[in-house]
Amino acid sequence: MADTGQQHPISVYFWIWALLFVFSAASYMVDYLAFQGYLRWTLIIIFMMLKAGFIVAIFMHMRWERVALITAVLVPPGALLVLVGLMAMESDYTWLTRVVFFGADPAPVPLPPPSH
Amino acid sequence: MAEATGLRNLQIVNDWADDVAVFRGVPWGKAMMWIFLLSDTFIFTCFLTSYMTVRMTTAEPWPNPSEVFALEAFGVPVPLLLIAIMTFILITSSGTMAMAVNMGYRRKRGPAALLMVVTAVLGASFVGMQAFEWTKLIVDEGVRPWGNPMGAAQFGSCFFMITGFHGLHVSAGVVYLAIVAYRVWRGRYEKKGYDIIEITGLYWHFVDLVWVFIFAFFYLW
Repeated sequence: MADTGQQHPISVYFWIWALLFVFSAASYMVDYLAFQGYLRWTLIIIFMMLKAGFIVAIFMHMRWERVALITAVLVPPGALLVLVGLMAMESDYTWLTRVVFFGADPAPVPLPPPSH
Repeated sequence: MAEATGLRNLQIVNDWADDVAVFRGVPWGKAMMWIFLLSDTFIFTCFLTSYMTVRMTTAEPWPNPSEVFALEAFGVPVPLLLIAIMTFILITSSGTMAMAVNMGYRRKRGPAALLMVVTAVLGASFVGMQAFEWTKLIVDEGVRPWGNPMGAAQFGSCFFMITGFHGLHVSAGVVYLAIVAYRVWRGRYEKKGYDIIEITGLYWHFVDLVWVFIFAFFYLW
């Protein structure tokens, strides 16, 4: 029986492989250089989405699949984004309640890990 | 009717309205693997979302991952050193897996099996490093699912559940890869074709994909 699978030039995989290394190194550098605030979050999310996108599109061959399969896999996770949004809103409210009514410290500092 | 005729020319509408097969030209096993991975996506996202929720709601200080997961290298603490190495190992294993799929479709079953074994070995070394990381956290830093000396008690339960479930997936993937590699090497798929390597690859790339999100949300937050 003939193979019905995905066959693409190896060079494509090497390119994506290299790109994944670069993006991973970049997101590690965000932590190493201790970027904070919106800059940190923007960079982390961008590198994360780029890596996830390339893995799904190229390594998992999604960009060469038929639209029927792409929609079946990529549309349902949209519900998860709604869940994340709802929980984030609810979390803010819970946190605020704890600060206002339980007198919790709004900006607590963690202790350093015990060193040996 | 004009709209209806226009819609019927769309490939996606035809596929989903098909009497026989929605995923035309997609091997059965591959479609099923995608459906399984979709369900797995929901499980992992539920874990990550509950982690986000406890982290955002707690008024206790959250332990700083950059310090907690630091390792001493040449006498200097380097943040997230082991985690970075684990990330690179998993990406490398994804690369060798992609090569294995490619070799399979070229009908080079020796190199394909060998590349799958390399992938499995890299996966096993990832699990080994994770075991080291857990040991360091439990023994040296006193992290427990119910508390830790640094701050919020939920840190431990989130960490052990999320990375534990991911580690379980990697371990299962190593076994899966080993079995398929053995069968490829024995020539079991010479007649059937090598879709099986692509399907195994989908699972393995998914494990790498989940790590991308864990790395960003648990270690870099």
